Amino acid sequence: MNAQVSLILKLAVLAVLACVPLTGESFYVEVVSKMLVMAIFAMSLDLLVGFTGLVSLGHAAYFGIAAYAAALLSPKYDAASLWFLFPASVGLAALAALVIGLFVLRTKGIYFIMVTLAFAQMAYFVFHDTPVGGGSDGIYLNVKPSAAIGGWEPFDLGNEHHQYYFILAILVLVYLFLARVLKSPFGRALVGIKSNEHRMQSMGYLTFRYKLGAFTLAGALGGVAGFLYAVMFGFVTPELLSWHESGNVLLMVILGGMGNLVGAAVGAFAFEGMRGVFEGWTEHWQLLMGSVIVAVVLFLPGGLSSLPGRLRRALQGGDDK
Amino acid sequence: MSQTNKSEVLMVAKDLTRRFGGLVANRDVSVTIERGKIHVLLGPNGAGKSTCINMLSGDLPPSEGTIHFMGRDITGLTAAQRSRVGIGRSYQRTNIFPQFTVLENVRLAAQSRNQQPWRIFSKAMEQEWALEKARACIEEAGLGKRVDWLSGVLSHGEQRQLEIAMVLATDAQVLLLDEPLAGMGSEESAKMVELLKRLRATRGILLVEHDMDAVFAVADVITVMVNGEMLECGPPEQIKNSVAVQQAYLGTEESFHV
Repeated sequence: MNAQVSLILKLAVLAVLACVPLTGESFYVEVVSKMLVMAIFAMSLDLLVGFTGLVSLGHAAYFGIAAYAAALLSPKYDAASLWFLFPASVGLAALAALVIGLFVLRTKGIYFIMVTLAFAQMAYFVFHDTPVGGGSDGIYLNVKPSAAIGGWEPFDLGNEHHQYYFILAILVLVYLFLARVLKSPFGRALVGIKSNEHRMQSMGYLTFRYKLGAFTLAGALGGVAGFLYAVMFGFVTPELLSWHESGNVLLMVILGGMGNLVGAAVGAFAFEGMRGVFEGWTEHWQLLMGSVIVAVVLFLPGGLSSLPGRLRRALQGGDDK
Repeated sequence: MSQTNKSEVLMVAKDLTRRFGGLVANRDVSVTIERGKIHVLLGPNGAGKSTCINMLSGDLPPSEGTIHFMGRDITGLTAAQRSRVGIGRSYQRTNIFPQFTVLENVRLAAQSRNQQPWRIFSKAMEQEWALEKARACIEEAGLGKRVDWLSGVLSHGEQRQLEIAMVLATDAQVLLLDEPLAGMGSEESAKMVELLKRLRATRGILLVEHDMDAVFAVADVITVMVNGEMLECGPPEQIKNSVAVQQAYLGTEESFHV
């Protein structure tokens, strides 16, 4: 019953999103495209923060590494094949997460937060201070990758609408993938680790391996978002890996509600939406943004995605408590 | 006392010593756990019972001494590895997954026996073997009526039963139970004592317990610890009549009502 309502709601939102290009407004298509990319990014972090209990403050590293990989692996004046570039970029992000995970997952709590941040800063300075990625100026991805298979081209990422639907399709796939993973024995163990890692160990779970699996998976999916971002904007800078970005995506997850995939996506939309609106009002937009986030944390502990449940309970006459 | 004729040594800890800096929490403690028997660790607060059970479960490495399980040296194994060879433990402070249902708590325990973490596309709720085992263990621990309850809202006694169901679901041969009766009412206690007697038939049990009535109702062997050392080890009658035990422990406690 409730599951049906939720499914209908999700399909309705999807239908609305699918209609965005029909407005014909290039501006909206671009804004919503970016929101979709950030929603993928936020969901990937939610796997760590919301489901495994690992608060990473360095998640932008994997986003940025995949974005740089997309730019660096593309020929300068020619289109790379999407079917090579996409997996290669995501694979590099996953590899980075695997290696970094081997180190950072030996720590817990506040130390984990600081060490993930430290590794992300290291990655940031690799791109910022060395010539590999054009230094602080960043690097261009001049030609968007081609989706051609043999002579057949199913879609063209140079076409704004094609690109939009491609990103939307990836978002849906990432969501379905994560929802499925969370139902698996692996996913259930992750939630167990979040709830009580010590108990999981005493029941014979080698929790380090599970956490490393989750960290790598989250890095890979963060890389999916980073790749799409690079393709969309055709330009990559070290700022993509900066701690601001890691903080922003964490705020998206908190804003939407941790431990809820749809919540993470909602948080990304809300965050990007607010940024757009507030930036239009004032140059001190960050002040407004911060206020809203503080308000949500204080008055909506479950994030925006807890709103429908709260409303329903309030309407039913507050018999909870 | 025990109903079974299978008397098989499952676990042998020899001369366990644990130091915390200059403090010796356990000195030369030896414990044997046999199938079909309940071995009770008794002692006043600070006697080192928790340190001892922590060394047996792998939560704490011993400074000296060895632990063997079914003939294999397991001294160097972690808690997770010991769980995998067949040593299960419950904790003094209730240690469950309060946001999960009773079934999910025990299902996770059952899942631990065949983890397959790489199968990320199979559904946990379609692993019938784990569900069946979880339901059986919940039944065995006497929680059959609470299967779908959120474990966080169970009564204290029921949460202790749940802990035992979780240990059972890991196929543990040796149960290390740290004060399973703590904080229970008399009715709940009596049920737990019955449960322990039932479980003894096919497993070896080490029990840390304060409740004297319960201790003498279930114990086959009692080890009395004082100041981190073993004072005496033997059947309940021997402990009851031991002058040393009465002087060192029972005489100083406020109540010894047997």
